[in-house]
Amino acid sequence: MKILVTAKRVEDPESKIKVKPDGTGIVQEGLKYKINPFDEIGVEEGLRLVAKHQGEVVVVSIGGKEVQEQLRHALAMGAHRAVWVNHTGPLDQLAIAGLLQKVTEKEKPDLVILGKQSIDDDQNQVGQYLAEFLGWGQATFASKVESLESEQEKNKVPAVTLTADGKAVRVVREVDNGLATLECQLPAVVTTDLRLNQPRYASLPGIMKAKSKPIEELTPAKLGVDVTPAIQVLKLSSPPARKAGIKVPDVAALVDKLHNEAKVV
Amino acid sequence: MEFQLTEDQRALQQAARKYAREVVRPKAAHYDETATFPRDLLQTAFELGLLNMAIPAEYGGVGLSHLDQTIVAEELSWGCAGVATSIIANDLANLPIILHGTEEQKQRLLGHFAERLKFASFCLTEPEAGSDVAGMQTTARREGDEYVINGAKCFITNGGHAEQYTVFATVDKAKKHKGITCFVVEGRPKGLTVSKHENKMGQRASDTVSLTFEDVRVPVKNRIGEEGQGFAVAMATLDNSRPLTAMFSVGIARAALEHSMEYSSQRKTFGKPIIEHQAIQFMIADMAMNTHAARMLTYESAWLLDQGQRNTLQSSYAKCFAADMAMKVATDAVQVYGGYGYIKEYPVEKLMRDAKLIQVYEGTSQVQRLVIARELFK
Amino acid sequence: MPIVLIVAEQQPDGNLRKASLNAISAGKQLADKAGAELHLVLLGKEPAKVADELKGSGAKAVHLGAAAELEHYLAETYAPAIAALAQELKADYVGMASTAQGKDLMPRVAARLKSAMATDITAINGSGADVTFTRPMWAGNVFAEVKLTTPVKVFTVRATEFAAAAGGQGAAEVKTFAPKVEASKTKFVEFKEVKSARPELTEARVVISGGRGTKGDFKEIEALADELGAAVGASRAVCDAGWVPNDLQVGQTGKVVAPALYIAAGISGAIQHLAGMKSSKTIVAINKDAEAPIFQVADYGIVADLFKVLPELRQELAKLK
Repeated sequence: MKILVTAKRVEDPESKIKVKPDGTGIVQEGLKYKINPFDEIGVEEGLRLVAKHQGEVVVVSIGGKEVQEQLRHALAMGAHRAVWVNHTGPLDQLAIAGLLQKVTEKEKPDLVILGKQSIDDDQNQVGQYLAEFLGWGQATFASKVESLESEQEKNKVPAVTLTADGKAVRVVREVDNGLATLECQLPAVVTTDLRLNQPRYASLPGIMKAKSKPIEELTPAKLGVDVTPAIQVLKLSSPPARKAGIKVPDVAALVDKLHNEAKVV
Repeated sequence: MEFQLTEDQRALQQAARKYAREVVRPKAAHYDETATFPRDLLQTAFELGLLNMAIPAEYGGVGLSHLDQTIVAEELSWGCAGVATSIIANDLANLPIILHGTEEQKQRLLGHFAERLKFASFCLTEPEAGSDVAGMQTTARREGDEYVINGAKCFITNGGHAEQYTVFATVDKAKKHKGITCFVVEGRPKGLTVSKHENKMGQRASDTVSLTFEDVRVPVKNRIGEEGQGFAVAMATLDNSRPLTAMFSVGIARAALEHSMEYSSQRKTFGKPIIEHQAIQFMIADMAMNTHAARMLTYESAWLLDQGQRNTLQSSYAKCFAADMAMKVATDAVQVYGGYGYIKEYPVEKLMRDAKLIQVYEGTSQVQRLVIARELFK
Repeated sequence: MPIVLIVAEQQPDGNLRKASLNAISAGKQLADKAGAELHLVLLGKEPAKVADELKGSGAKAVHLGAAAELEHYLAETYAPAIAALAQELKADYVGMASTAQGKDLMPRVAARLKSAMATDITAINGSGADVTFTRPMWAGNVFAEVKLTTPVKVFTVRATEFAAAAGGQGAAEVKTFAPKVEASKTKFVEFKEVKSARPELTEARVVISGGRGTKGDFKEIEALADELGAAVGASRAVCDAGWVPNDLQVGQTGKVVAPALYIAAGISGAIQHLAGMKSSKTIVAINKDAEAPIFQVADYGIVADLFKVLPELRQELAKLK
């Protein structure tokens, strides 16, 4: 089984994001970067599937040379090799999906796994765009029935399973008010939700081995994709600052405020 | 000169930091309180390759450079110095084999540590001989293809759980340090007795025991180096490990600094956060400055080893400065916390207790100064 | 005249998903600003079931596409049908509520229409051809004003930011059409409803979340939630400790909520958590630690033990009824 997994470089979810005073971007100084947490879950699921069914996990990232750090992280977790689409400058989801389509057509994986969204743009689009561009089935927000404390999780059992004939994957999806199960013929696109698995840590031997794993470099030009953005980001702003609140002495005062001032109860 | 970590070093640092933050920290207070052996944390450390990181890759370890090991050591100790000491104990015990073992010994005595979680202990200190190694009382008497070891060792880290012991004994007391010889004792042979775990002030998660050897038989093939080379083996080992213990101090100090910064921004007196009082600002500035100075000294002492250079002077600078620094920084952290700092619900008093041990073990701060003076006047 | 097409959604039980009404009101706002007319579309096996509800919500026309194959929602069958209708109507905008289905479906529709898309819009700005959307990024720590430059513009709507469209606003023309159903490479297997009397976290008007201060005991939180008809949430620490299921996590990597009332009990207020709830209209913090960062975003704070406050609060609120 060959699995292509994305590894976007994003700001560390623990860091505080501030908008530049002129609204043209965010303040980069002092920020730390990580692999998108949803993508990391995707890498983990890919590794579990390959551990069970053999094959390889190829990890792909788009960006400047700094994204190699996230590719190395995925390689240190155990991914076999990496594809780096070298591009600096803004990209929208149409362009990202277009690039991934070309990489997918080149790599011909059985399965593409992406995070359901990246925690910077929060668009939640690329997996679906990609599936449509490829004409493949999609199962977004992959989750599982068992909890993250379960035996299945401890034993690193993949939650995405192959059907008996090996021609489709069965995916449990986290949707409103419950869990929906789909069967997608391979090849297919899966996007991950938070509860799918708990990604393994990169081990020291893994980090050392990752150094010698290959990273193939591609560019939008080589892939023949026009990446001119169709989404213009005009201005960024901070959410309206909350007015400094007050401390109330007791429950009666709180209920009074909620009822008469905020009028929410 | 290059003052930036490489991408690989950042990856190692992140991996160790994640382990320290997510695996060690949540349980550090528990293991400190109960002084029980943190086997689950060590199991994870083993799986992540944090144990045995000094063993070369060809014998199943990670084979990190000395500088890389110190980068990892800071994170481990930031998580919990006691756990860090337990993790590094394997490397300390195995260093004599790594540095002076024959190819056959390395294959046989290092290779099996990759198979499963196993502990090794470094056994040098004796009740009557700490830094004064030449006063060693434990003897090794040759009988045919074997040596027979008799004596007592104390303050042995992980000794209660180890399956391999690196033991120093003298083949001839009259020869003083020229009689000291290094042996590897495998398993728990007849005659080896382990005392109960010492109830320590700090670093309580690390297992510390005394050992007695009564006619313990060791095959000649387990002698590391020649007879009489043990002193050199021990000193070379300590030159290698000093940067790590120095970096443990940096990890403790950084934890103390971070806690102090966080607490002083939240805690208010006289209507403002205490960090706005200059007295607190100065303390925190000193903490940060000294922590960083110790880190730089330590990096240098490890870097020298990686260049194949002798680092006795620099590693003593590092160990001595860092250990004394961590004691001061942790004590100041308690001061920043005021009364709360003295209470076990808050994290800083543990740092103060943990720091104290580093001024004592692997050569006290006084012995480090002796070494420094001796090196300077050489 | 330009056309705004809003996709409505039926729940598995056949009822209209409430968030659709919020999306319709966003669609109406957009239609007003863009000088467009509002159309609605609903696909399914029996979309006519909710036709009346849609008819009175203020749209010009309601398009119902019924087909047996559309009984169970699948992006692969719904997307072509919606895209085809959008092309037929020459729709300029296609939108839907940011529900699980909206988020799954609309990017596929956009891909089919070669269109750019904005997810989770919270405001509509400008007028005519210069309409722009405001949408959250970095889990609501940043809001971006974006302009989509493709001929057709696709979006999903953050339901909590738009009032639900009221009924009784005239009568839209109801048109039925036969959606062309394409073969799907994906098969629906089953839907397991998580039985909960409580509303969905992201839809609830009131959310009560517990943090480390609960020490894993959510009884009082649940009791108050029952009293208020609220959803229950949790901080990451609580989910990580395994005290409650992970799908209750409110925060940057969990659910982003913006209810009218958010009550944080025993939550210190890590950045991670704040990012998931600070757009709430009114925030109440209950924490023993007066210095907890949660108080910096709370409208009303009580420095006290949550186990004392919550039962009292429940009794006081019951009296209001």
